[in-house]
This record gives sequence, structure tokens and C-alpha cells, in this order.
Amino acid sequence: MTLNAQAKGPGASTDPQGMTIVARTQGQMVRRRFFRHRAALAGMIIFGFVVILAFSSIGFLGVPGWWDKSYLGTGALVNQGRPTLSVVPQFLGGDGLHLGEHPFGQDNLGIDYFALTMRGAQQSLIVALIVGVVATTVGTVVGAVAGYFRGGAEATLMRLTDVMITIPVIIIAAVVGQMTGKSGAVALGLFLGLVLWPTLGRLVRGEFLSLREKEFVEAARAAGTSAQRIIFRHILPNTVGVIIVAATLSVASAVLLESALSFLGFGIQPPDTSLGQLINNYRSAMTVRPWLFWWPGIFIIAIALSINFIGDGLRDAFDPRQTRVRA
Amino acid sequence: MIVFIARRLVISFFVLLAATVIMFVLTALSGDPLEDLRQDNSPNRAAKIADRTERMQLDDPLPVRYLSWLGNVVRGDLGVNRDGHDVGVMLGDALSATLQLVVAATVMAIIIGIVIGIVSALRQYSGFDYSVTFAAFICFSLPVFWVAVMLKQYMAIEFNNWLKDPSIPPTVIGALALLGGLVFGALTTGDRRRRLLSFAVGLAVTGALFTLLSVTRWFADPGFGLPLLLAISLAAAVGFTVLSAGLNPRGPLYAALGAAVIGALASEVLTPVLSDPTWLEIFGLALVTVAVCAGLGYALGGLQRRQAVSAAVLTGLFTGGVIFVDRMLQAFNDYSAAVRGRPISTIGARTPNFEGNFWQMNLDSASHLLLPSMALILISLATYTRYSRASMLEVMNQDYVRTARAKGLPERTVVVKHAFRNGLIPITTLMAVDFAGVIGGAVVTETVFGWEGMGKMFITALDQVDPMPVMAFFIVTGTAIVVFNMIADILYAYLDPRIRLS
Repeated sequence: MTLNAQAKGPGASTDPQGMTIVARTQGQMVRRRFFRHRAALAGMIIFGFVVILAFSSIGFLGVPGWWDKSYLGTGALVNQGRPTLSVVPQFLGGDGLHLGEHPFGQDNLGIDYFALTMRGAQQSLIVALIVGVVATTVGTVVGAVAGYFRGGAEATLMRLTDVMITIPVIIIAAVVGQMTGKSGAVALGLFLGLVLWPTLGRLVRGEFLSLREKEFVEAARAAGTSAQRIIFRHILPNTVGVIIVAATLSVASAVLLESALSFLGFGIQPPDTSLGQLINNYRSAMTVRPWLFWWPGIFIIAIALSINFIGDGLRDAFDPRQTRVRA
Repeated sequence: MIVFIARRLVISFFVLLAATVIMFVLTALSGDPLEDLRQDNSPNRAAKIADRTERMQLDDPLPVRYLSWLGNVVRGDLGVNRDGHDVGVMLGDALSATLQLVVAATVMAIIIGIVIGIVSALRQYSGFDYSVTFAAFICFSLPVFWVAVMLKQYMAIEFNNWLKDPSIPPTVIGALALLGGLVFGALTTGDRRRRLLSFAVGLAVTGALFTLLSVTRWFADPGFGLPLLLAISLAAAVGFTVLSAGLNPRGPLYAALGAAVIGALASEVLTPVLSDPTWLEIFGLALVTVAVCAGLGYALGGLQRRQAVSAAVLTGLFTGGVIFVDRMLQAFNDYSAAVRGRPISTIGARTPNFEGNFWQMNLDSASHLLLPSMALILISLATYTRYSRASMLEVMNQDYVRTARAKGLPERTVVVKHAFRNGLIPITTLMAVDFAGVIGGAVVTETVFGWEGMGKMFITALDQVDPMPVMAFFIVTGTAIVVFNMIADILYAYLDPRIRLS
């Protein structure tokens, strides 16, 4: 910001032909490119909407939300539990815009399905975000240490990474889910993150290997800078783009992974619920109550798709070779 | 090279060994293997618990259990599961079921994915390209199990209901025709008039096709018949010739057309053999086809002998495939009656107690494979499309492609010979990476479709906290992943001389 202001002031006054070259910081350029990426912007809006809806509607951590029904309470079945949500306006022959008593319908016990879906979305989002944070942190630390120190540390860490990569993700995740799924979303996310870091670790190591040979690192080392400071102040800021993109995409795949695990019965355990758990519970109701199956699926797709678009936009924004912004 | 392979093998072996330790420990600690017996109320509960404890060595410490498992594996014994079934036998059955599912799906995904990816790269920034990119993003974000349940509902249950009266409603025909028109239009480059024209052509052709299918009630009694067979194989002949040799000079074209005609006629002549063949006979026929077509190409090819042979052989094999499908479709009526009018199946790998001739049995397998394969294809398809698009785009911007254009080669030769071959190189590595994804997909799809494969075995065993089947599953998949990765590395070095193995 300050750099921009400084550059703009003198630049504008001494340039009579209006061909001002505005200096921008790296962050400003990234932001500009990202906000020009229409799909990424749409993804961000949708993702924000889903997050706000999921956490504000039924409340979170004891804070009550604006939706008056609970995901635990059963009620009388209204109209066989059909959804009352209507989005077709009256002049098009619909019922007008309204939420109704049970916008997403009710399940066979009369539980409000909107509340249930929101609870599922909360749990799925918590798991996915924790997986993203944990996997990114561990992966970055492992990759940074291995890439910067080389030698014995690298050999040990990279062999460990090789071992972890040999096990297919869904397999190790199912085993971990079986161990920790009963302890709730936070534990599940934490432990899933602890086994899902290897791909990111490899990526970060590669970046570090190339950056540590650069002149600016050499200069820092010659000036007697400590290893810790070189890693955190000199090299890591240069890899932040790669890490952020990988982290974003890992959140998207974690959403899908968590729902697949819950579907297989190795994720969040009842009585608590998640989006995958809901699909698993109600898949046999597909013929009689299709909405029980549709809503959680739509939310999984909306979350995963919007995060994927954000990741794609970030990738384009951080790519220095990128000149043309794709639509 | 041999040093490289040997080193990789040794390292891979130890990596795999370490991974088995992790898997064994995690599985054994993942829960309580006696959980179901603790809630058991039968009088011999204590005996059952003692029995299982003995069989699973639950009283031994974990390292001892692992080492005894390892010792048995070295001797080729995979142990018994908690109920005393031999895991080796279980694995054999499950492996063949899963391979059926995975191989068919992967091959289809590779072919379709590469074709779509290349077309969308050649038409970069067209409507088609954007649609494919968007569709790929959707595919990346789809939960497999959700898609699988959807397929079950709409492609099996509703489709079977619809088959009772297979006429397509006009609105659906209209929508399909519109879709066809849009695809045609999006694929065309050039000014607005040309695109509108191809949109109209696509609209008309698709609309006419589906109206015809609906009016003749084709779905009630599917099949091609000789004229349609001939038309399809002649079209394929032209297509393969365009791809491999171009239409001028005529030699390769005549060879391929000849192969198509002979193939179509052979389907009539060979009826006695084809009415109920064995796989051996089918294989023999394929060999004969290759020999005849190669001879045809060799005789008619002229200066472009090599291209003529490949065009003719491809046409011959394709025609053979179409005949195979045709015969299978002809068996559809009897098969449909045998399964009470619900041909598309949702559970298992075959209809229990169903006996029929060669075609009916194959149709039975195919109808069971159809839906799980579709679900699996959808996962890999997006990856292959994106990678082959990216790789093709990169190749098309290389200097040697510009050189090829500059020296006046036709666009076909530039794309097929110079770009396509080099563009495929990075895909070889993708196949190895994708394998792990396919395994994961198979675990989920098998659960939805009740397929008694490896994934089912793994999930049941993990649910029962029974390490033996889990480890058997892991040994197979882990070894496969390690081997595939190595093959990919070697293949990459072989295909791309710039890469050196060290």
C-alpha cells in the first residue's frame, strides 16, 4: 500500500503523456488478478454464502441461530415431509418466493431437514478446514526442513513421505476414520490431516530445493543469518503461492474424502451427522423421499466446486507468467 | 538402466515393508475386534471369544502379531480372517471381480479422456473448450457415491421402467437435438455463419436419429442389421484412414474400405460360428481379422504401405467390435425376458442362476458392469481430459510443431504425427498416479453396487477390525502402485530421450 502511494505520487506528476507506470506490490497484483477471475469470484461468493448459512442458521457452539427448528427434535410430518421451499415467482405459475415451514422437507421421523443438512454442512466444513490447516502445516514444515537442510534429515523425511504415499489415500483415511470418527469432527479432521500431508511435503521440498541455491539465500547466509530466519523470512514467502493453492485444493478434496468416509461408515458417527452420513442414511429413501438424498449432495458439490474454482483462480493469480486472465 | 531398476526395486521393497507396518498397527488399533461378541447373548459366548482371541492372536503383543503375519506372508500364506476363512482364497475371488470392473473402466476413461482433451486443446478457447473445462471442474467436485446412487435410480430403475414402452417423448428428443446442435456448433471454428450452419446440421441429425429410434421402437429390440453395420464400418474406415494416412493417395482408403466390407459380409457368412462361440474362437477370429486386413493393406497400400496396414487393421478390429456388440444386442430380447424385463442391473456381478448362450452370458456381465463402470469412468475422465489438454497445448506451441507447419505439412500430419505422439508422453505418468484414485473409487463403487470385490473385502474387514484381509488388500494395491510408478518412470525415459534415469 505505502509503496503504491509513493510510486504513484511522483510518477504521475513527472509524466506528461499520461503513460503512468503504477508500481504494485506482489500482493496487490495477486489480488487484482484474482478478482478479475470471474469463476473464482463466483466460487468465493458461493462458498461464503454456504459457510454463513451453515453456521448462522442453526447456531454454533451454543450460540443460537436464526432458524427456529433443531436438527435433533422430531416433529409432526407435514404433507409427507415434502420440501416447502419455493423459488418460482407467482407470475410464472409458481407458489411465490418463500421458505415455508420446512424448506428442505422432513425425514421419516419428522426432523426438519434444513436444520439437519446445516448441521451436516457444519461438520463437513469443520473436518475439511482442519484437514487443510493441519496437512498444510505439517507438509510445509516437513518439506521446508527436508529441502533446506538436505542430508540425513532429507533422506529420513522423504523416505517417510514415500512410505505414506504408497498407501492409497482412501485406505489410510478409512483406517484413521475408523479410529477417530467416534470422537467427533475435530479429532477426525486433526488425524486425517496428520496422514494427508505427503503430497504437499513433496511440493514444498521441491520449491525449497530450487530456492536455496538462489543468490539471495546465499547472500543471507553470508551475512550470518540463522537457518530459522532464512527459512521463514527469505524462502517461505517465495513459496507462499504454491502452498496456498495446494492448501485450497486439499480442502476441496478433503470435503469429498470426508463425505466418502462417512458414506462408508468410517467418518462422523451417529448421532452426530455430516453430509456424507446423511446421503448414506437416506439413500434407500431415494424412491419415496428423493429430497433427503438431493440436498446433502447439492451442498457437497457446491462446497467442493466453489473451493476448486477459488483454487484455480489463486493458481492463475499467483502464476507470474500469467498475463491473460482466463474467463 | 538395469542398475536403476535394481536400485528402485530394493528401495521400493523397503518402502512397502515400512508401509505394511503402519497399516498393520493402525488397523489392529482401530477398534475392538470382539465388539460384536461382547453384546452376544448366546450361552457359548465365552467359548466364541476365546476362539476368536486364539485365531487372531489377540493375546500376543502387536509386534509379535505383525512378525508372525510377515513370516506367513513370506511363505505365501496370507492367513485366515476372523471367521477362519482362508484370505488367499478370498483375495483371489475379489481380485478377479475388481479387475473386471477397474480395467474396463480405466481403458474407457483413458480413450474418451484423451480424445476429449485433444479436441478441446485443438479448439482452445472455443465454446467446446470452455464447456469441457467447466464439466471437468464439476467432475472433480462430484462425490462418487452420490453419482453411483443417482445412476442406480435413473439409469437402472427408471430406465428399466421406461423400456416397457420405449418411445421417447418429443420434448426429450427436442432437448437431445438441441444438445447435439450445440456440440456440433461449439466444435466448429470460423465465422458465425459456419457455426450456425453446423449447429443446424447437428440439430437435424440428432433429432432425426432419436425420432427414428423412437418410432421404430429400437430400444425394445436393439441391433444393427447388415445395412447399418456396413454403414458404421465404412464410416469408421474413412475415419481411420483420415487419421492415419489422409485421403490422398487412395491406396490406404481402398484398403480400409475393403476391410470394412469384408468384415460386414463376414458377419453374415460366419453365422454358424457366431451363433454360440467360445472366447477362444472369438480370439481366433480377431487374429484372422488382423492377418487379412494387414494383407489387404500391404497389397493396396502402394507408397503408404505402413499407414494403409494400420488403417485397415484398425478398421477390421473396429468392425469386429461392432459385430460383437451387434450380436450381444440381438441376444437382448431373450435376456430381457429371462430377467423379467429389467435388463440393467444394480447389484452384483452376475444374475444368480442365469444360464444362457455365449452372447446372453456376456450381455449379463455387460449389464452388470455398465453402471459401476460409468461411475468409475466419471472420476478418472476429468483428470485425463485436463492432463491431455494441457500436454497437447504445450506440445502445439513447441518449435518442432512450428517447423512442421512451416515446411508445409498438412494439419492432419502435424497433429497426428508430430503433436499427438509427443503429447501422449506425460499421460503415461498420469496412468500410474491415477491408479491409486481408481482403487479409492472402486472401494466406494463396490459398496454401492454390491460388488464382491477387493473394496468390499477391505471395508468389511476394517469394520470388523480384522487385519488379515486388510493387509492382503494392501499388499496387492501397494505393490501395484509401486510397480506402476516404476513402469511409468522407465516408460517415460524410454519415450522421451531427454530424460535420463540415474
